Amino acid sequence: MSDITKQSLTELVESIKNKKLSSSEVTKAFIERSEKSKVLNAFITEDFTSALDKAKKFDQKPNLNLKLPGIPMAVKDLFCTKNVKTTAGSKILNNFVPTYESTVTENIWSEGAILLGKLNCDEFAMGSSNETSFYGNVQNPIDKDLVPGGSSGGSASAVAGQLTPITIGTDTGGSIRQPASFTGTVGLKPTYGSCSRYGIVAFASSLDQAGPMAQNVKDCALLQEVISSFDTKDSTSIDFKRSHYSKDLTNNIKGKKIGIPKEYRVDGMPKEIEDLWQKGIEYVKDCGAEIINISLPHTSYALPTYYIVAPAEASSNLARYDGVKYGYRADGENLIDMYEKTRSEGFGAEVQRRIMIGTYVLSSGYYDAYYLKAQKVRRLIKNDFDEAYKKVDAILTPSTPSSAFKIGEKTNDPVSMYLNDIFTVPVNLAGLPGISIPAGHDAKGYPLGLQIIGKAFDEQNILNIAFAMEEKINFKNKITDWWIK
Amino acid sequence: MSKKIREYLINRRDNQYEVVIGLEVHAQVLSKSKLFSTSATKFGAEPNTQVSLVDAAFPGMLPVINEFCVKQAIKTGIGLNAKINKRSVFDRKNYFYADLPQGYQISQFKDPIVGEGKVIIDLPDGHKEVGIERLHLEQDAGKSIHDLDPQNTFVDLNRSGVALMEIVSKPDLRSPDEVSIYIKKLRSIMRYLGTCDGNMQEGSLRADVNVSVREKGSKEFGTRCEIKNVNSIKFMQMAIEYEANRQVDLIEEGKIIDQETRLFDTKKNETRSMRSKEDAHDYRYFPDPDLLPLEVSDEFVNKLKSEIPELPDDKKKRFINEFKLSAYEATILVSDIEIAKYFEEVVAKMGKNKDMKLAVNWITGELFAVLNSKNLEITQSPVSAKNLAILVNLIKNGTISGKIAKTVFELMLKNDEDPQKIVEEKGLKQQSDPKALEELIDKIINNNREKAIEYKQGKEKLFGFFVGQAMKASGGKANPQLINEILKKKL
Repeated sequence: MSDITKQSLTELVESIKNKKLSSSEVTKAFIERSEKSKVLNAFITEDFTSALDKAKKFDQKPNLNLKLPGIPMAVKDLFCTKNVKTTAGSKILNNFVPTYESTVTENIWSEGAILLGKLNCDEFAMGSSNETSFYGNVQNPIDKDLVPGGSSGGSASAVAGQLTPITIGTDTGGSIRQPASFTGTVGLKPTYGSCSRYGIVAFASSLDQAGPMAQNVKDCALLQEVISSFDTKDSTSIDFKRSHYSKDLTNNIKGKKIGIPKEYRVDGMPKEIEDLWQKGIEYVKDCGAEIINISLPHTSYALPTYYIVAPAEASSNLARYDGVKYGYRADGENLIDMYEKTRSEGFGAEVQRRIMIGTYVLSSGYYDAYYLKAQKVRRLIKNDFDEAYKKVDAILTPSTPSSAFKIGEKTNDPVSMYLNDIFTVPVNLAGLPGISIPAGHDAKGYPLGLQIIGKAFDEQNILNIAFAMEEKINFKNKITDWWIK
Repeated sequence: MSKKIREYLINRRDNQYEVVIGLEVHAQVLSKSKLFSTSATKFGAEPNTQVSLVDAAFPGMLPVINEFCVKQAIKTGIGLNAKINKRSVFDRKNYFYADLPQGYQISQFKDPIVGEGKVIIDLPDGHKEVGIERLHLEQDAGKSIHDLDPQNTFVDLNRSGVALMEIVSKPDLRSPDEVSIYIKKLRSIMRYLGTCDGNMQEGSLRADVNVSVREKGSKEFGTRCEIKNVNSIKFMQMAIEYEANRQVDLIEEGKIIDQETRLFDTKKNETRSMRSKEDAHDYRYFPDPDLLPLEVSDEFVNKLKSEIPELPDDKKKRFINEFKLSAYEATILVSDIEIAKYFEEVVAKMGKNKDMKLAVNWITGELFAVLNSKNLEITQSPVSAKNLAILVNLIKNGTISGKIAKTVFELMLKNDEDPQKIVEEKGLKQQSDPKALEELIDKIINNNREKAIEYKQGKEKLFGFFVGQAMKASGGKANPQLINEILKKKL
């Protein structure tokens, strides 16, 4: 049975299609492993009984033409799932059961996949270590007391720990790519507008984007193919011609021009990261691609810009959690008192911090100096990429400035925590696709990732580059099952 | 007539004060569904039965603009002779309230869909141009109900997300009367366009009223106060009157007027401070990241322009030119689209040989009197335009007299009966046969020999007596003109 959970998504799909495995067998295997893996705390809500029922039903009348036939899958608890509790990692949504399904998960179920449960994440996706979740820390399967990254920490942990063959996360400033990097998995943040935001609990609307998290690039391409769709229920969804990402996947990247931005060589970057990047450059060269040095001059402003834009939008997006309609409500002497108590008790410290930052930067007298300025800088950052893409087809950078850190190591230092996203944030600000692939290990044996940034709507190209590099890197994740006694 | 006569001034000691008023009118867009969701907008539905997940701001729900509402706003902009902005932006206006599920209202702050325009208002002594500053689209909030329970407040979200047009005027109005005329004109234009039903009882039209005063002749504006959410013209007028006098009193006492938001208490007929400038909300406006800027093409706007019906100002001009109506009559007939429709139908049904004056008199006289007394809209008129046209024609061609017509009209009120049929069935047709009338008159003169002699000797007053006798003998049906002629001849 344990062999089943070691298989990639592509292998599992193949096995089910060839009737070597039934959906029930696969589902049961992942549930059994999840039951033994509670230490990881990857799940907020398990939906195992229902998953087994659905698998049984699938096996009775299997539709093998689907892309994810009977594949069990857990998803980040930021996606609203019909009749299954959706918390966004927050106490304020502790009792919230949606009556509706997000477009992205709907796309997944209609290709035959089965919901296993909802995965832990930082509260409202605000965090880089999964430590802001009301439902507790998530353990990184790589090592004990190591953070899995965030905000899609539960998702990363579950894929790396083989509790789910594949999953989806959301990425506002790096929340897919950073945890992927920390857990030795592959994570894609698609172009803004590629995947519908309908039914995803909003953090920062102009940056949020759902994307696949997988064990390998091919699996990632397959899931991207399923989740990306034009959706009239999301006004920012874009109607462009979507590739058959998995079918069109190729390792032939000969002649591709890959940009290396000098501004990503930040002060104090560990030598291991520098070396990894250099190795990455060699790999793409080996694949026949051409390396071109480029400049993205406004890179250093990306993080401060992000920490104005994202909290501003969040402060407004989270206003709806007021105890009036759904979710947690504290008793109050009057309406204002109820609001204050509900939101003080319902939101954790990091969320409150960002609501306050956001409220501040939008307030009259400060709007021009902060929010408006940030929007202008955001445009400059996007222009940097536009300029670069006149010369190159994609850009190669490290995914994160360090490997995974210990739980508690950075909780009292928000700025050092925010620095985790220094390489991923510019991509969100520019609305571009970016993928993180595992590329090596540091001295401690922790995985390190490289990021490939693409042109808007050019997911196929970065998937191809990632696919080609993956072959050369031949990365092996060191999962010792330390948490299973 | 000099304009001075109509000037609205407040006098204190030797000082005269002018009142300066600007309105922010909130007009509910006439549409089947809401501005950003597909929920219905029908008035008077059971609480919380027209609420979607978007309206109730459930997690992950996103707004999607209703194209029809955009068209309605642009049409209204065209009707206000205003600039249509090809690019406009929806912003979030952030504040907490129980009936505001999102915690923000989606509105347009810096870049409204409609820019500057103007409205012509008809005053008894001419007309005046009122400037329009802008028109923007926004969502309505829900409704908090505080009086159903002593402990709890109930919230009805049926109205949450309904599209409103906020129409901001320049501070061009100078009296409560002008405000009334302006609101009615605005309402009329929107009803012509079919963009707002203008129903004030149902809250489809309400206004925030900005009032300031200044010494007559002064060029500077005084400090203004904003009176929030007044929902009838009468209350607007009362609120302005109270507020202007309050401000004048403060100035006269040497005190300072605070720029503040005030409430009008309809029971006490006074305005009260709601919050001062210092306490004003900081709404933290910023562009809604869930919605892209709204861009409309010239083609889109031009197509809407081509769909604009004849509006009251043009219709009035046409009525004066084509039907030779007086400005006064034309103003009344175009004031509401339904009245204008009725009138035009009467005109059409009267055919070639029509008496326009008579038709106008019957509509604005007898018909309006009936509608008023029965409290009916013209669309509920018991007499159809077709039958009223027939009635007017019966008078015009001499079939019945004006007096008989009134009797016939009374009978028409019951079942909107064909007046022709009534005249025939009741035998009310005017006697216009000279021979028969001559016989009748001969008989009367014979029966009243002495009076006939007195008349001939110069007692001319007696002519009326003979007319009366003749009418009486004919049962009121004799053609009065013919009676006159024959009597003059015979006496």
